[in-house]
Amino acid sequence: MALDDLKNAYVAFDRVQKSYDGEILVVKDLNLAIGKGEFLTMLGPSGSGKTTCLMMLAGFETATHGDILLDGKPINNIPPHKRGIGMVFQNYALFPHMTVGENLAFPLEVRKIGKSERDDMVKAALDMVQMGDFAGRRPAQLSGGQQQRIALARALVFKPELVLMDEPLGALDKQLREQMQYEIKHLHESLGITVVYVTHDQSEALTMSDRVAVFEDGRIQQLATPADLYERPENAFVAQFIGENNTLNATITGVEGNMVAVDIDGGMKGHALAVNCGGVGTRTILSIRPERVALNSDGPNKADAKVMELIYLGDHIRCRLVVSGNDKFIVKVPNSAGQKHLVVGETTPISWHSEDCRALDA
Amino acid sequence: MSDATTTGPVLAADGTPLKKSLSKALRRQKIRALMLIAPLLLFVTVTFILPIGDMLFRSVENEIVSNILPRTVVELDSWDSTSGDLPDEAVYAALAADLLIAVENRTHIKVGIRLNYELSGMTSLFKKTGRVVDDFDPDLTFAEQFIDIRDDWGEVETWQTIQMYSSVYTNGYFVSAIDMRKGPDGLERLPDGQRVYITSMIRTLVMTLAITLLCLIIGYPVAWLLANLPMAKANLLMILVLLPFWTSLLVRTSAWKVLLQKQGVINDVLVWIGIISDDSRLAMINNQAGTIITMTHILLPFMILPLYSVMKGIPPTYLRAAKSLGATNWTAFWRVYFPQSVPGIGAGAILVFILSVGYYITPELVGGPSGKFLSNWIAEFVLARPNWGLAAALGAILLGLVMFLYVLYDKIVGIDNVKLG
Repeated sequence: MALDDLKNAYVAFDRVQKSYDGEILVVKDLNLAIGKGEFLTMLGPSGSGKTTCLMMLAGFETATHGDILLDGKPINNIPPHKRGIGMVFQNYALFPHMTVGENLAFPLEVRKIGKSERDDMVKAALDMVQMGDFAGRRPAQLSGGQQQRIALARALVFKPELVLMDEPLGALDKQLREQMQYEIKHLHESLGITVVYVTHDQSEALTMSDRVAVFEDGRIQQLATPADLYERPENAFVAQFIGENNTLNATITGVEGNMVAVDIDGGMKGHALAVNCGGVGTRTILSIRPERVALNSDGPNKADAKVMELIYLGDHIRCRLVVSGNDKFIVKVPNSAGQKHLVVGETTPISWHSEDCRALDA
Repeated sequence: MSDATTTGPVLAADGTPLKKSLSKALRRQKIRALMLIAPLLLFVTVTFILPIGDMLFRSVENEIVSNILPRTVVELDSWDSTSGDLPDEAVYAALAADLLIAVENRTHIKVGIRLNYELSGMTSLFKKTGRVVDDFDPDLTFAEQFIDIRDDWGEVETWQTIQMYSSVYTNGYFVSAIDMRKGPDGLERLPDGQRVYITSMIRTLVMTLAITLLCLIIGYPVAWLLANLPMAKANLLMILVLLPFWTSLLVRTSAWKVLLQKQGVINDVLVWIGIISDDSRLAMINNQAGTIITMTHILLPFMILPLYSVMKGIPPTYLRAAKSLGATNWTAFWRVYFPQSVPGIGAGAILVFILSVGYYITPELVGGPSGKFLSNWIAEFVLARPNWGLAAALGAILLGLVMFLYVLYDKIVGIDNVKLG
């Protein structure tokens, strides 16, 4: 990443490293530039270093090496309470001994904002999350979703330009979670704030974000828009982590422009898009999305597959097949007129286009 | 809707009212639960409630005089104690008759001891009279012969005392316990030099509050560390906190004697450093300072443990949240962390206060004359110079005091706001 990019970014991590015990690096050489007004999600499995990055940005952890810049200024030595960054915590962290109104007034009180102005701001923030009537309640009297809204309002009430969210929807049920995703997204759009969002839920990341940084093993594996991330994963981890993915092990036998010819283990030959693979003779993992596989032999890459299992899911049927020795090969068959109906145990031809098959690092 | 909800009580399937049916169903459970706690209930009743009830009863009970001197009490009833005259011959005769039986049963000394609490000299008066009571000459008046034995029988005050303490129940012990005595004209305060119990009560309260406060000031940061250090270090610290718990109380108290005395370790170090000179060594033992220091140390775990268990339940994210909202470390602590630790402070303070207000052995050993608690007086009246009535009265006052403070605490802080674990 160019240094210029880091200078112009609103939030920038410049070669940041973090170690807790002096032996293991939890965050290895992190470079990340976040633009003003951007919704950036740090996505990754637990232990991948994403929360540590967020805590370093908030000021609760110090970077072992490297600089974190906010609006062009290094903030490594600024204590958390002077950073002016709003934060929503995983379990909301609403103060149980204060009412909802007092919770919201707290950041304004410590900023010495006068009482009448404070009341107006609290009311506006509560109205913003449609909780205007709840100012007198205690957090314990609210449902999970309501607490979530209050936590959001509290992080926004003092009008920070940057808001961090640490898996804020993790404790909610599916329906509520989806509803809150849209609300957070709309708040982000209407307020024009910059949001850094941490989650391990890929659908959450894809729904809400402008860009997603996929973390694994203390590094960003790929930083891209949701569509790019799904359709053009740059390595096997990202392909596997985002969405459903079929993999086939193969050896490269020839390179033709941006395509490669491959020998798939099990005897089959085919072509794939060269994304992140080596030269002739090297091993590669081929990645094909389940919805890009057709149950016919019309495509350039053909194979015969044995049907192992059929799962009826209403709008589509999930078929588990054996292809070239991989018995976890999934194909999604739309439940529409004219589609072939498979039977467990039968052998069916399948095919896919070479562009939909990506040759990645082995 | 069934019509049962509109016309009357809800009925169970078999037609009986639902309430009745429910209580019948629950009765079996209740009986079983009662049976399970029956052994404990019995144990507590026999070893705790009954003895305490009996002891408290002794603070007003006064059957001894009317039991041992029944005739005298009846005769004396009509005597006007304020007239200044001695009782008439019939009273002396009744006393002689009572004493004859009492000497036979060897109970005359008991009544002497009882009356001696109120008027000194009574024990020896009854002892001496008891020795000669069967030698009375029937030709002479009893009054003359009694006065002949000891002049005291000719004093109005002696008879006033017997009359005053002849009833079956008395408030006399409580009157003594608040440094007063019953005179012929009602209650009067004891002369200055003899007022000890009120002073002792105030001193007990003040010292107990000081100990509670010290425990809180010292214990709060330790509990905080315990709750926030990484596991391995916290466990080590916890062992250090509990270690005194596992050591005998007497060993700890004696250790403090060694440390605090004039030629002790602390004074030696202070002299050696040069903070104090050799001839102005600090008196830290056998006074209030000794009691406060030692008891603070002994009772510290009782403050730390409830505080720790409450603090353990306060997630660190609250502090982080407060800081992210713009609070300084101190504001975050004072506005967010401290209010949530109040239930622990309440529990710890009540524990330490109640344990300390009734503490006996440590003030006895390190307190000296000025560092003694009310409980030391109680112990003295139970063991050294038996006056169980007064001990019971002092105990009842102490109990009442603690209960009063408990209610006060409930009113100010709220007893729901106490968490022991």
